[in-house]
Parts: sequence; C-alpha cells; structure tokens
Amino acid sequence: MRVSLGSVARFMGTRLLSSAIVLFGVVVVVFALIQLVPGDPVRLALGTRFDQEAYDALRAASGLDRPLVEQFFSYLGGVLTGDLGVSFRNGQPVVEILLSRLPATVSLAIPGLLIALLIAVPAGIFSALHEGKVSDGIVRVASQAGVSIPDFWLGLLLISLFAVRLGWLPSSGYVPIATDPAQWLRQVVLPATTVGIVAGAIMTRYIRAAVLEVAHAGFVRTAVSKGLAPGRVTFAHIVRNALVPVLTITGIQLATILGGVIVVEVVFAWPGLGRLVYDAVAARDYPVIQGAVLLIAMIFLAVNLVVDALYALVDPRIRLA
Amino acid sequence: MSEPLLQVDDLQVAIGPADIVRGVSFAVAPGETLGIVGESGSGKTMTVLAATGLLDAPGRRISGSSLLRTTSGEAVQLTGASPRTLRRVHGGQIGFVFQDPSTSLNPMLTIGRQIEESLEAHRGLTRRAARSKATELLDAVGIPQPEQRVDSYPHQLSGGQRQRAMIAIALACDPGLLIADEPTTALDVTTQAQIIDLVRELQSARGTAVVWISHDLGVIGQVADDVLVMATGSVVEHRPITEVYYHPQHDYTRQLLAARPRLGKTAGPPPADPDADVLLEVRNLDVRFPVATPSGRSMVHAVNDVSFEIRRGTTTALVGESGSGKSTIANVLTGLLPPRAGTAELGTLDLLHARRADRRRIAMVFQDPFASLDPRRSVADALTEPLRTHGLGGDSAASREERAIELLEQVGLPAEFRLRYPHELSGGQRQRVSIARALALEPEIIILDEATASLDVSVQATVLDLLAELQKSKGLTYLFIAHDLAIVQQMSHNVLVLRDGVVVEAADAETLFADPIHDYTKMLLAAIPPDAPRAAPGGFSEDPATDR
Repeated sequence: MRVSLGSVARFMGTRLLSSAIVLFGVVVVVFALIQLVPGDPVRLALGTRFDQEAYDALRAASGLDRPLVEQFFSYLGGVLTGDLGVSFRNGQPVVEILLSRLPATVSLAIPGLLIALLIAVPAGIFSALHEGKVSDGIVRVASQAGVSIPDFWLGLLLISLFAVRLGWLPSSGYVPIATDPAQWLRQVVLPATTVGIVAGAIMTRYIRAAVLEVAHAGFVRTAVSKGLAPGRVTFAHIVRNALVPVLTITGIQLATILGGVIVVEVVFAWPGLGRLVYDAVAARDYPVIQGAVLLIAMIFLAVNLVVDALYALVDPRIRLA
Repeated sequence: MSEPLLQVDDLQVAIGPADIVRGVSFAVAPGETLGIVGESGSGKTMTVLAATGLLDAPGRRISGSSLLRTTSGEAVQLTGASPRTLRRVHGGQIGFVFQDPSTSLNPMLTIGRQIEESLEAHRGLTRRAARSKATELLDAVGIPQPEQRVDSYPHQLSGGQRQRAMIAIALACDPGLLIADEPTTALDVTTQAQIIDLVRELQSARGTAVVWISHDLGVIGQVADDVLVMATGSVVEHRPITEVYYHPQHDYTRQLLAARPRLGKTAGPPPADPDADVLLEVRNLDVRFPVATPSGRSMVHAVNDVSFEIRRGTTTALVGESGSGKSTIANVLTGLLPPRAGTAELGTLDLLHARRADRRRIAMVFQDPFASLDPRRSVADALTEPLRTHGLGGDSAASREERAIELLEQVGLPAEFRLRYPHELSGGQRQRVSIARALALEPEIIILDEATASLDVSVQATVLDLLAELQKSKGLTYLFIAHDLAIVQQMSHNVLVLRDGVVVEAADAETLFADPIHDYTKMLLAAIPPDAPRAAPGGFSEDPATDR
C-alpha cells in the first residue's frame, strides 16, 4: 500500500495546530473563571476559617493581589511549566492532586469503555441489519432505556442487587491495580458496568444510525450484486465504512469517562477526577477546579487527536488525498 | 435468435399496495443487447432488479418466472430463489453496472480488492492469482497503468475510469449476462461515448448478453438490438430497435421519440432583434477558490478570464463538461461566490457589488426541483415570499396572492395549485413553480442552471416550450447553462464553450453548430449519440418516422 506520508503529516499538523489554539482558548476561559466568581474567591474559600492574616497569606500565595495582566501571564507560564497553583484547602500543589487522582479514573474508564463497546458494537450492528424487525425494536427500546436511566440510579440498583442482596461484590471503594489486582477487579466491576451501560446505550444508537446509513449505500448493493457472502458484505463493506462515525462517538465517550464520571465516582466512592471535581466545587477550591477543567480539556483534545490519527488510518481518502 | 440466456415471463412486482411492474416478459440471448427504455417511474429498474433477484425493498411481492441459463447449461429460476442460489448467480453468472460510479464503489477498498473479492468468491482463486487477474481486467477495460491502478482507491480515479473499473468488477467472473442500469447517465457526453464503445467491444469479444436500461433513446439506439419500451410498469412495445425508431406502433413510443432533443432537428429560437441593447456585460471574470481536501487546502482556478455579453431578449448558453466552470459563473453573477477579479454589469448596475434589493434583477432556476423548493411551504408561500421581501405585488396579502395566481397561470398551472405542497407536484410541475418563483421577482435576466436536466424528456420538452414562450411574450433574457447540446441548439442565440474555466469558443449558435472551430467543440458534438440507431439499415439516410 502506498501511503503518502506527506498528506498524513499535513493532516495531523493542522489538527495539532488547531488543538493548540483550542487549548489556549481553554486557558483563557479557565483563568477568567476565578475572576468571574461573584465575590472574593479567597474569602469564600476560607469561609468560617476566615481571619485577616490567613486571608492575606492565601491571597498572596495564589497571586490574586497582583494586576490582572500579570496574573494571566503568570498563570499561562505556570500552565506551560506544569505549575497550576496550590489548593485553597490544604496548600497542596494542584498538579500533584490531579496526578494522584488520574490512575483511579483511568482504571475505571478503560474497563467502562470496553464494556460499552462490548454492548454497543454487536447491538448497534445487529439492530441496523434487522431494521424494522422485532429484534431491532427490542434493541432500540433497551438502548433508549439505557440512555434515559440516570447513572446514579443504575449504580444504586446494581449495588443493592449485587452488593447488598447477593453479596457478590463490594459496594464501593478503590484499591490501585498495582497494589492488589484481584481486589481492584472486584471493586471495579460495578462502577465500570454502570459507566459501560450508560455509554454503551448512547453508542448503540450512534452505531445503529451509522451502519444503517451505510447499509443503504450504492456500494453495498454492488457488493451484494457480486454474490459475496453476507459476512463479507457486512464487515468488509458496511462496518468498514461505518467506522469513522463510530470512532468519533467512541472518542467522545472515552474523553467523557476520562474527564470523570462525577456521579458514578461519588456513588461508588471512587477517588477519581470526578470525585475530585465534586469535592472541589463543594469546598469552593478554585485552583483545583481550574486545574481539573484544564486537565479534562486536555484529555478531550488528546483523545480527539488520537481519533483523527485513526481516521487517517481507516479512511484512504484522508491518507491518500 | 439462439436459445435465450435469460427468459422472463409475466413478471409482476408489488410493493405494499402499489403495483410497480405488471406482467413483463422478455428474453435475451448470448451476444445480444436488450434495451429497456422508459421515463422515471416506469418500472424499468424494478423489472430488472426483480428478475435478477437483487430487489431489496421491504414489503415486496414478486411473481412470475425468470429463468437463467448458466454457463454450465443448467436452468435456474431466479424468482423466489434462495439467498444461497442468488449468491452463486450474482457476480458469477450475472454482472451488474450501476448508474453512479462514485457511489457504487466502496471508498475504503482499492479497486483491485473490489475486483478480487468476486474472483475469490466465485472462482476460488488465491489472493495472488485474483490480483493478477484484476490487473488484466483493468487493462481490458482500458485503464492505463493497470499494475499501479490496481492499488488505487476510487477517489483517485476520474468518473470515467471509475465506471470502467465498475465494468471490470461486473465482468470479473465472465458472467453470461451483464445488467447495465443507466451506466452512462452520470457521465459527461464524451465519457459516455467511450463507455458505450467499451461495453460493445467487450460484449462482442465475450459473447455476453446485455440488458441496458436507460431513459435516453439516443443511448439505447447505439447499444440495443431489441428494445422494450415501458410505461407505468407495463411493456408498451417490444421490437427490434430499427422498428421502434422508424415504425413506432404505440403512441407513447412516438411521444418519447418526438420529445427527445436531437441535434440539427429543431429550428432554434426565433431570431433576436439585432439592435437590442447589451443587458449583461461580463469582463475578465476570474474565480479561484480553495477546496478543503482532507490533507489541506488547494486552489482551483475555476473561471479563467471569461468575458461575454448578452443582449436583451436573447439566450446565451454556457456549455461544457462537469468542472468546466459553468455553474461557478452563475454563482458569481447571483452573488453566491466572490470573484477574484473581473466585472459584471447589468445595464448600469455593478452586479458584483449590488445591494440585495437590486439582486432581484437577476433570478435563477436550479437543476433539482426536488431540492430547490422548501417541502414545508406551500406553492403560494414559495411565490409570495419573494414578493414580500422585495415589496412587489402590492401591499396586501390578498394582492400578493392574486399575483401568485397570475404567475401560476403564466407557467401553465391552475390557480388551485397555490394550495399544494411540493410533494403533491410532479417533477415538471415543481420546475414550473420554480420558474414562476423566478418570474415573481420581475427579473431582467434569468439564469437557468441545468433547469431541465433532471426532468424526463417529455416533461423537458414542455418546460423548454414554456421558457421559449415566456421569452417571446415577456422579452426575457436567459443565461442557459446546459450539458445537452441538442437543447442548447434549440434554445440559444449564442453559445460559449467552456473547458477548465476557459472559453475555448464563442459564436452565435447557428455558426457554432454548423461550423465548429475548436477541437474541443468538435469533440463534444461528435460524442453525442447519433440520431439514427447503430443497427439502422443503410446508414443514417432514413429519417425517423416521428419527425415533428
């Protein structure tokens, strides 16, 4: 296969550049966040612990006493050098806090996405290929139910069935995979299933629509007119062409889960990014909120870059323009 | 006639409550071509898809018989055949070529792979053997450098090459029968001529039976031995091509023959007033636009230093193949696209910098009447909206409605049609509404961008008559964009031939058609299917019986 490296490089180059521009925009918005908070963020953060000395110290430590422009460039410089300030609550560097939460989120997101794909890929393809039949109707109703059900409710249902009633699995908690893989596995099953069912339901609908659109394309009729076996028509022709929209939705779902499934992490006491954001919002810990928003945006951009690279791999019209 | 390869008897197709095909019978023998001709909705494609077991519409009911004699001499009944039987027959015994090669090839697979699939499925060839056979086939269908092209993806080929590749796929396993469903309709006229020649060559070399479906009698005349004329799901005439051309028996066949635009057979428009003033003057128009390819932007020089003028009350045609810049010029004149350089003056108005209120002096009728009317708005809405926007047709809703009725009358539609929605109109009626909508603006010039290209020939003929009549009665000026040179000849006073954004020849229509100078113009004219069928006795001397 002749792959024109130039066109892939150009394609990825433009994507990288636009990602950098988006990231700059995110930094501006995140910086503005703390300025836009009604009232004085430092005073709010201190709450009942307020005294003038603590206030002045925290204000100076977070740089909020300096002019706005200076604050912005020092924030920008901080972002570039990996310094996102310190938490209002305990003075710990924000970067450290974020990095400590990331492994938990990643170790929930990957099994969650796998479950979602295991549900959505077969269900979406099957449903589309049986369009209008009873089996298609069942899949559609089930996926609609999965989309509609609130994730915390689903989580509670799973806990009450598998943890409380049957006692098969722990109801909550987290052990790093490196510490005790078996225990990690037991504890990840319920939250990952919750995440997987919700994301899988959404993805089922997208995959069904993508496959359906391709199934009516002219080249599928050509494939049938060649007398190819049904499996070959389905996979080499229909699914292959439906892959690009499926990649898009998979990327969005992955980034969403990585950004922290806030409610699920809270329900299962899973110490990931979502839980962190939840706690930081409750405590008005603005530097942590800022850092988390920035990290989540970076995760989205990184996942999208990977998805774009996969497009080029899958679609020769991008690879060989 | 030798023993038929495909014998269809009393084929009936119904989808839901609608009878689509009613009792069609035909046969085609090895080496022969059966042409099936008819207008849209006549059931020609349905007939062939049902007869070959490729019809995949939910709620379909097919009855009758369709017997295929395979290369091994076995007779296979295709109506009601099992999927397994059909898979063996499709590709192996019957090859298919469809209308639009850009949608009927898989964009994700190489051309070679798409040929190899067939060979692997039916011939059990190894991938390596299939690949070398695929290369041979690409060579046979006239694709240059087949060793390299075998690894190309469809988007790397031109439209004509794609259709050649499609033919290679269809013929990969040496099927006895080739089904060609409007195989040249999406192609330019020069490419069409090449594809017709290619299929004929391959057919005579291989003894293939061909069923060729087309709405175009000119194309059918070049390929078919026998013709099946279909209307509303039934066969109205089934005879040898020369009989159908010279002694049509059914009224419908006569209508089709008469409505068909033919070069040199129509008078052309009445002569224009030579002292008429210049209405539109275009000077040194130059358009380049960036096209976003997935790998970045590149510039297309779509219109290159084009100048022309149009006198009031005349029709000037822009002709050329796809990509020649015809529609780009229309888009610049209507303000949809900014030019890089050049001027366009309508009378004293600088058209390229005109205010919206002045833009109504130039109106446009688009190709696809299905896409250019809002499906959720009634005909009256479509006609009164431009009136309201430009303060025409009086101040009250009632007076505007009156004006809408008047406009409908001018395009030959009854007043009640104002209450209808686009889906309640036929293609021809929709295009009449589009013309009425253009007239509502009381424009000085109307751009007709392939305005009749998606209509059936009989409908096209009536719409062209309407346009000619409106020009005569209202002194309208037209910029007529078309790829069909026969209707250009019928409609135009002046013609500009465009190629790759450059005007290669500009002349009055009479001179251009009688004595074309540029090779490209000659090539375009030569590519039009000749008037008489190829199978006509004694060449082209005899004139069809249906001359108007």
